Amino acid sequence: MATEAQSAEGSGNIHVDARTPAGSGTGEVRRRDFLNVAAVSFAGVGAAAAVAPLLVQMAPPADVLALAQTEIDISKIQPGQAVKTVWRKQPVFIRNLLPAEIQAANATPAGELRDPQSLAERTKPGKANWLITLGVCTHLGCVPLGAGEGENKGPFGGYFCPCHGSAYDTAGRIRSGPAPTNLVVPEYEFASDTVVRIG
Amino acid sequence: MVRIIGFFVGLAFVGMVFISFFVNIADYVANPPEETAEHEFHKHPKEVHFASDGPFGHFDNQQLQRGFQVYKEVCAACHGLTLVSFRDLAALGYEEPEIKAIADQWAIQVPSVNADTGEAATRKAIPADRFPSPYPNEVAARAANNNALPPDLSLIAKAREGGAAYTYSLLTGYQRQPAELVHKFPAAKTPQGLYYNPYFPNLNLAMPPPLTAEGQVTYADGTRASVDQMAKDVSAFLVWTAEPKLQNRRTAGFAVVIFLLIGTILGYLAYRQIWAEAKRKVRVTGPLEAESQAKAQAAKDDQGVAG
Amino acid sequence: MSFAWAKQYEPKHPLARWFDERLPLPRLVHGAIGGGYPVPRNLNYFWNFGVLAGIFLTIQIVTGIVLAMWYYSSVDGAFNSVEHIMRDVNAGWLLRYAHANGASFFFIVTYIHIFRSLFYGSYKAPRELVWMLGLVIYLLMMATAFMGYVLPWGQMSYWGAQVITGFFSAIPVVGEPLRIFLLGGYVPDQASLTRFFSLHYLLPFVIAGVVILHIWALHIPGSSNPTGVDVRDEKDTLPFHPFYTAKDGWFAGLVILIYCLFLFFMPNALGHPDNYIPANPLATPVHIVPEWYFLPFYAILKAFTVDFILPAKLWGVLAMFGSILLLFFLTWLDRSPVRSGHYRPIFKRFFWLLVADVLLLGWAGGRVASPVVVAVSQLATAYYFAHFLIILPLISRFEKPLPLPNSITESVLHGEKAESAPLGSKGRRDGSQAAPATAG
Repeated sequence: MATEAQSAEGSGNIHVDARTPAGSGTGEVRRRDFLNVAAVSFAGVGAAAAVAPLLVQMAPPADVLALAQTEIDISKIQPGQAVKTVWRKQPVFIRNLLPAEIQAANATPAGELRDPQSLAERTKPGKANWLITLGVCTHLGCVPLGAGEGENKGPFGGYFCPCHGSAYDTAGRIRSGPAPTNLVVPEYEFASDTVVRIG
Repeated sequence: MVRIIGFFVGLAFVGMVFISFFVNIADYVANPPEETAEHEFHKHPKEVHFASDGPFGHFDNQQLQRGFQVYKEVCAACHGLTLVSFRDLAALGYEEPEIKAIADQWAIQVPSVNADTGEAATRKAIPADRFPSPYPNEVAARAANNNALPPDLSLIAKAREGGAAYTYSLLTGYQRQPAELVHKFPAAKTPQGLYYNPYFPNLNLAMPPPLTAEGQVTYADGTRASVDQMAKDVSAFLVWTAEPKLQNRRTAGFAVVIFLLIGTILGYLAYRQIWAEAKRKVRVTGPLEAESQAKAQAAKDDQGVAG
Repeated sequence: MSFAWAKQYEPKHPLARWFDERLPLPRLVHGAIGGGYPVPRNLNYFWNFGVLAGIFLTIQIVTGIVLAMWYYSSVDGAFNSVEHIMRDVNAGWLLRYAHANGASFFFIVTYIHIFRSLFYGSYKAPRELVWMLGLVIYLLMMATAFMGYVLPWGQMSYWGAQVITGFFSAIPVVGEPLRIFLLGGYVPDQASLTRFFSLHYLLPFVIAGVVILHIWALHIPGSSNPTGVDVRDEKDTLPFHPFYTAKDGWFAGLVILIYCLFLFFMPNALGHPDNYIPANPLATPVHIVPEWYFLPFYAILKAFTVDFILPAKLWGVLAMFGSILLLFFLTWLDRSPVRSGHYRPIFKRFFWLLVADVLLLGWAGGRVASPVVVAVSQLATAYYFAHFLIILPLISRFEKPLPLPNSITESVLHGEKAESAPLGSKGRRDGSQAAPATAG
């Protein structure tokens, strides 16, 4: 019975012993420290790893990335016309330049511009009349006017951002106003003579 | 006071539930529940093994491609797969141009808007699209199927008890209604336009047997397309559509579990180490406290008397 | 805080002192879960589950906030947005399964925590408020879990919402208008879904607030312990840190390991297939069941089948709510001054009977209501109410408790055997909490 166990070995009083336990040399301290440090490190690494999914979920999901490529039929855009289309949910301006507009763009010395670029650098070889830019003002992200029929094209005949008065020329280059750089030319290629693949 | 109120509340509930109990029993004895055809003839899914089963299971891409082919050529006419995108097929081992071609040539087109007139139109699918639904809406689906609605198959392996084994059993389980059943339950005779299948919960379903003949599809990899094979392949494919991240999940799971196992063992050892100190600090020396000693003595006497 | 020998916070670093003088947050943490909180030295592993519940509450809040970044609370978009999370969002499947299984594990650890309290009499003086605040947390958890289950807008979500809000229509006169008011419509619809989402997001923070009160109230008398004997002096206790942080830490690792086995290898084992079918207001699933953690209550609801004075439906609903509400009165129903079930031979037997009874209720709640299942749930329901309202008060009146150890330290040193030894089991009727008088 329990009482026997108690009287045999358990007849003791309680004694709080505050001394360092015998046999606790430096070696044991190290081993103890090692275990504690290892356990706490594991917990730390685990907690850090658990944060990873909480952060990566913020990145664009697969369905958004899948729309990163858009194909557009440009066969119906007449010279002098522009269309607004959408790529990655952003407006894209596709403009079929008139020879006069090309001439005006080429006549401007690129070196004097805020963001020096020639029209040739901003179009594909042999397709100098196709100016494809994001319709996003490089100042603070408004959509400039000038792509739609009858919209204000600004003092340089290209695009004009009504938010803060940035004016772009016929090559989509910044000419006046606060915007720091030219309208961005996205990556694109001509899938055929009439189809452009953006992205 | 609380106990008195509690006692009566308790009595009320206990009494009430006993009344219900006896009424229930009396009712059970007076009108024993009738056997139903569903209860007697419904069968649990067949035992069937898939490559993706078990914690170490992996999808067999060859089989998934065959299953996709069965879906495309047989099921897709009536059943949607609207939560899955063409681009997802890359996980089955299809290359990008192949996926593009599959999307482009898909029998059902994607609803869109005519750019010139603004009228409803359709266009060819692209890889970013989800599989288009075979019917524009539920009314159309029912109208075309004798008022039955073919369920979307994207999640079917998770939405049915038994999962892939259920779809496999259902596809291979069509049979003539047993004469015994009709004899025993004349009212349960399979109605016109329905088909007897003991794996379906209420035994009669509106879907005609979809896989009927060997060679109904011609597999690109030369596998013999028996009905059993096709049913198995499409069931395996539907496991993938229901849980496309299955393999990522298990791979991550092994890493996490092994990490946690090591961490927990280390934590346990550290815990033992820390507590060893506490146990050393309080040691047993000398006799018991006077009270306890007296108790122990009394207990001993007590036992002595008893023994 | 609770004991005179609790170690005061002594900032080691000057920066810590600077901070502590201006905002004694480090002092608060030290006193709450650090070296400044003395804890009985003899706690067993059942005392780990409070901390575990806190861990799972944290997991639920963190994963929930992240899921809410992708979830749409619209009847047309909810189901698809959940599948979008599962398929396209980076690590979305992990987050959603973590949240779904986290809810189950939150309930598992909470149930063990509750039954720990029931066995060891943690609801008795001076911890009555700790117990009641715990019940408030539990009620809030149930509301939160129910509303969360509605959000994916699958078949079980929809019909669960329909059935649970149907409880309110059992209330005489105002019932049906109240139900329509709560749903914002005649059936669960857009208005219901949006308000459930809003409240599902809000309530966890309310829970967190009540958890703080729960811990605060606990730290006034300090933790109970398996003997139920009060702490007498310093050698009965150990500082929370490092002793119980180490014990809680490794055990949390073990439980999270089990949780991860579910999460990564059988994430749908605790769910229901029908919730992968989009909600259809025109077709009820063959067999509606709530999530597993509500099954015992569901069995109680279904046990009342006869109209007598009140309609059966109202009896069921009253009994279901009553089954939880009666727990608030436990302190007064069980008057035995002995806390721990170890020293209460008769109570102990009935306690295990109660555990079996609740498991049986859970089983019956999950089955199709055949006459046999209903009969089982009726007997089990009868025992449930009889246990708390009739048996427990009687036991506490007539039971002769075993003698208690003199102190926690003594019970530690002489082990379980000494505790339950039939020392002087004759002649002691009062079973007072103080050190027992010597027998004979």
